[in-house]
Amino acid sequence: MTTTTALTQEAVLDGPPAPPPPRRRMPPARIVAQVLLYLLLIVIAVIYIFPFLVQVATSFKTDTEATSDPVSLIPSTITFAAYERLFTRSDFPLWFANSAVVTVLVTLGRVFFVSLAGYALARLRFRGRGVVFAMVVAVMAVPSVVLLIPKFLVLNQLGLYNSYAGMIIPLLVDAAGVFIMKNFFESIPPSVEEQARIDGAGTFRIFWSIVLPMARPALVTIVILSFQGSWNELSHFIVSTQSPELTTLTKGVAGLASGQLSQGNQYPLKLAAAAIMTIPVAVMFFIFQKRIMNTTEGAVKG
Amino acid sequence: MTTTASAPRRGGSSAGIRRGEGLAGWLFTLPIIVILGLFLFIPVLMALWVSFSDWSGRGSPLSSNVSFVGGENYAAITSGGGLAERNFGIALRNNAWYVLLVVPLQTALSLFLAVLVNRAVLRGRGFFRTAFYFPSVTSSVAITVLWLFLFSTTGVINEALSWIGINGPNWFNDPRGILHIALGAGGGSGPEALTSSGFLGITWWEWLAGPSVALTALIFMAVFTTSGTFMLLFLAALQNIGVELNEAAMMDGANAWQRFWLITLPQLRPTLFTVLTLGLIGCWQVFDQIYTGTQGAPGKTTITPAYLSYTSAFTDQQWGIGAAISFILFLIIIVFTIFQRWALRERAVSRRRRRPYQQAVAAAEARKVGAS
Repeated sequence: MTTTTALTQEAVLDGPPAPPPPRRRMPPARIVAQVLLYLLLIVIAVIYIFPFLVQVATSFKTDTEATSDPVSLIPSTITFAAYERLFTRSDFPLWFANSAVVTVLVTLGRVFFVSLAGYALARLRFRGRGVVFAMVVAVMAVPSVVLLIPKFLVLNQLGLYNSYAGMIIPLLVDAAGVFIMKNFFESIPPSVEEQARIDGAGTFRIFWSIVLPMARPALVTIVILSFQGSWNELSHFIVSTQSPELTTLTKGVAGLASGQLSQGNQYPLKLAAAAIMTIPVAVMFFIFQKRIMNTTEGAVKG
Repeated sequence: MTTTASAPRRGGSSAGIRRGEGLAGWLFTLPIIVILGLFLFIPVLMALWVSFSDWSGRGSPLSSNVSFVGGENYAAITSGGGLAERNFGIALRNNAWYVLLVVPLQTALSLFLAVLVNRAVLRGRGFFRTAFYFPSVTSSVAITVLWLFLFSTTGVINEALSWIGINGPNWFNDPRGILHIALGAGGGSGPEALTSSGFLGITWWEWLAGPSVALTALIFMAVFTTSGTFMLLFLAALQNIGVELNEAAMMDGANAWQRFWLITLPQLRPTLFTVLTLGLIGCWQVFDQIYTGTQGAPGKTTITPAYLSYTSAFTDQQWGIGAAISFILFLIIIVFTIFQRWALRERAVSRRRRRPYQQAVAAAEARKVGAS
């Protein structure tokens, strides 16, 4: 598939007007086109990557150098002051721990609940299934920013405000995830399950030990989305917590950015914090890079 | 599904085997029903009530001393000439400009990137895709912190601009609208015809200011962080396009540019539409960047409805007004969503193609594209 498409694209982009060129030697015009293409790609790539390099470089600079020479990628004097300050004289480690706890629990919970529901909606026949699925689809349309006030109201009413439970439980379910899992389960043949059912296995048994192991590619998609989503989540934590002990990385660093804890710009400190909080998602990204870059195929075919 | 469980003989009838499925179905979906109900449906209903009430934030909004005030909160933000109306008008103006610029830019850029990297004979294809996609995975908070630095007065952007002799603006402290600047009006007053009347508490002249310089920096950021996600959507679609048509057109002597516009682009139409509407939906949800970066400053030019609903409720304790704003925002977003779903249902995409495609869309939605 890739080859054919690539051919199309190649043709679309820089094929010369009329008949296809001879295989071996490229006409000069084509070589020029190729060079220009790579040049363009490299320039864009630099624009995309440079900000992150600057971020890391600046976190090792002194405050004065960060302002006087923002561009250079090698600090004239390398200092670990920003990191030292973050880890020994701020709540940063606590924020990190809170984010880690929430992210791990949310991801585990989501993978389980979402695949459970996706399986039921794809395979089990029960009265009201259509209604439940319609609800899931409807919920996918509700934008999270309009839920800021509503979520606070309910968490407050339930006495979950300012607690780990209030931070975690509302994030445990993700309608888009249910949708993805349902689609996946529908794409695998039901014959294996039928056999197990005939052998007398219960529904949960079938789900847990037969279907779920087959669903690994889709589960990985869910893990990536949940991990990324909950690690990067900000608005929910703003409306569900207040106390400093429950501050997550996003909330804490957002506070840093708007000037708490600091006089002056303190760019190295802020950028160090931002860099560290990017590391977990970056690691995740590089581990599952292949799958992420192939969203469609990965999620369906595996 | 109530099955009269006849004794299963030799493997049994499927009805017998499927006994208990009804119960299992409900048990399996119970967790999502409870959580979605508790943290989505009930909250929305409660907020709807608050938007019609005079609740001040003390005690429970359901207690007896909170009373129904009809459309008072909605009236306060849409008419009446008060500060609430003016703030809402400003927030809508800001976000409308944001949408107007971000959506076309991110769509064009992501399509461009997808076409560039969708080639087998490209050295470093993986590297380029990774580079373009990476900003999409980082958190909006981290990116905003980085952006505050890049676009600070002494930051990288202004340094780079100075190399080509341009004296860069004071980005995040500059409230001037870029259209006003282009017209040479700066913060000054406009023509009488535009300043004498207006809509939602701000004059037409103010509506036409364009995004402020500060908001423009955030617009660049949105394009930077979302282009990767949408690039993947376009890539998925490009890989579904057959080569036959293109080859036929090549035989007929169509050049590359013509083939792109006449063959490739029409086939990308459903995806183009998805990206446009996902962008529209996402762009109305700007919150994190404002909360982290500008808090609405300078001169309220980076206030968005989402951020305004938050500050109205949590900072100013005007819960009714905050809830009313979020419902109007909800309405705006839901209109685009319904439109998108309706239009995509009409499109004749083959089932085989549709599923991976929906999958990619669901994944994109789950990533909250545009919002971060």
